Amino acid sequence: MGAYLFKRTLSLIITLIVASIVIFIMIEVVPGDPAAFMMGLSDNTEAANAVRTELGLDASAWQRYFTWIFGMTSGDFGISYTYRIPVSELIGQRLLVSVPLTLYSLILSTMIAIPVGIIAASRRGSFVDTVLMGLAQVGVAVPNFWFAIILVLFFSTSLGWFSAGGFLGWDAGFFQGLKALTLPAISLALPQAAILSRIMRSSILDVMDEDYIRTARAKGLSKNQALIDHGLRNAMIPVLTILGLQFSFLLAGGIIIESIFSLPGLGRLVFQSIAQRDLIVVKSIVTLLVFAVVMITFFVDMCYALVDPRLREGAQK
Amino acid sequence: MTKFPISLWVGLLMTILFVMAAAVSFFWTPYDVRELDIASRFIAPSFSHLFGTDHFGRDIFSMIMVGARNAIGVSLLAVGIGIMIGVPLGLWAAATRTYGGGFIDEILMRTNDLIFAFPSLLMAILITAVFGPSAINAIIAIGIFNIPVFARISRGAALSLSSKEYIMAARVSGKGMVRISYEHILPNILNLLIVQATIQFSIAIIAEASLSYVGLGSQPPDPSLGRMLNEAQTMIFFAPWLVYFPGGAIISMVVGLNLMGDGLRDLLDPKTNKAKEEDVVA
Repeated sequence: MGAYLFKRTLSLIITLIVASIVIFIMIEVVPGDPAAFMMGLSDNTEAANAVRTELGLDASAWQRYFTWIFGMTSGDFGISYTYRIPVSELIGQRLLVSVPLTLYSLILSTMIAIPVGIIAASRRGSFVDTVLMGLAQVGVAVPNFWFAIILVLFFSTSLGWFSAGGFLGWDAGFFQGLKALTLPAISLALPQAAILSRIMRSSILDVMDEDYIRTARAKGLSKNQALIDHGLRNAMIPVLTILGLQFSFLLAGGIIIESIFSLPGLGRLVFQSIAQRDLIVVKSIVTLLVFAVVMITFFVDMCYALVDPRLREGAQK
Repeated sequence: MTKFPISLWVGLLMTILFVMAAAVSFFWTPYDVRELDIASRFIAPSFSHLFGTDHFGRDIFSMIMVGARNAIGVSLLAVGIGIMIGVPLGLWAAATRTYGGGFIDEILMRTNDLIFAFPSLLMAILITAVFGPSAINAIIAIGIFNIPVFARISRGAALSLSSKEYIMAARVSGKGMVRISYEHILPNILNLLIVQATIQFSIAIIAEASLSYVGLGSQPPDPSLGRMLNEAQTMIFFAPWLVYFPGGAIISMVVGLNLMGDGLRDLLDPKTNKAKEEDVVA
């Protein structure tokens, strides 16, 4: 385990370093002159020069890279050019919306997907299975922003149950906040639930073919008992991997949904920052999200390695 | 399991329907999609305008035909980029591993993991925003994220083939790694690649719709399904058909492709049931 942990940690560090270089090049080197880019189409050399001095862009790329990296390790992400407040503060505020939204939709999608997957798998080939998997097939295909528009049409405009957007903050009350996040969470959750239920179903079907299930059946357990006592725990492994990936996917995937519902979250912030060419904010958020994905993958791998020794050996080959 | 799965028939039919509508739109649409006719705006679906008209009096049915054409074009090219770059990379990685070393394999696969770590939609938005919104930049942005998918799948498949007798025989007979990859490995992993391409195609359709929804896909006056939805959003209260039909078009295109992918997989290789679902997330 020690050797595996060491190897995996080393590759984690290298990945993070390479990722930071890629992000830096993509955002600060590829667009040419970042200062001119941030000034937009107006051909104002004076303004661009002022920005250049203010942001320290006259230094060499290497210097800027290291300043950025060392700043980040001490929690200094720089100061947003448009909002004029520290980026870390800005992101912190936005995470208070995006993280709950992500968790909310993740919980919703799990609550839908796991029962659906179990029911479909336990009645494989039946009418119920066909209908559920047909629905999942459609669910995968629904663009979440379209679903969001439809939800607004029905639940806000026609029924008036929810507001069509906006978020007053958690200070206005927990349930008030939860209510504002409900429609966005549903629209994010639907396609995820569809994907997850298909994985759940096929994972159970795989597990049910295993020898230990046959042994359990031979002992006299019914099919359902064998599934519940022995199958589910094993079937959950691939589902958990996908859940880990979906968390980070949803954190960034809210870009469009947050804009539709005017939620002050991370996705909307990054989208606005791209539009306003606030490269400092964009860079920080991209870094944060990539960091999150890499770390989640790392921890999921670690958990598996702890549980399943075969994976450790496989990785050392 | 039947010889020709029903999902393949249904999926094939739906896909052909859209491809035909897209192809026909090159030389004929019921109405000109560039011509504005304010007098006949917001007409509800009827016999003269099957799917109704929008705020400029444009015929929605015609716009969907052209929009589907753009979506299919962008997705086809984006998946094409993924295949043209990803498959050779994957085969190369597998070959270097087979021929000892595996250093290049290690680098290529770590790069793959790295690209997977970037949130794809956000990066596509960033790329198109930095280089300017256009269909071509949308193709590149979506295409980049298709490369690792095809690299990974062809590498995996090639590695599992590399110990087969006929590959050994080819090596013994003195064929080099490039020739073996193209003459023996590629034809044998083609099934897998076709199935994956179908699935990536459907993901690309949604990605294109998302990009054009935020205004970063093909630019006006070219109609695109995503932008139609964006424009319709504010008019949904009195002209809901503006939202139903383009959305329905996207969903049926994607469902058709997914059914086709499922059916093809059942037909071509019934063993690998899981490959698809894992990649939907990416």
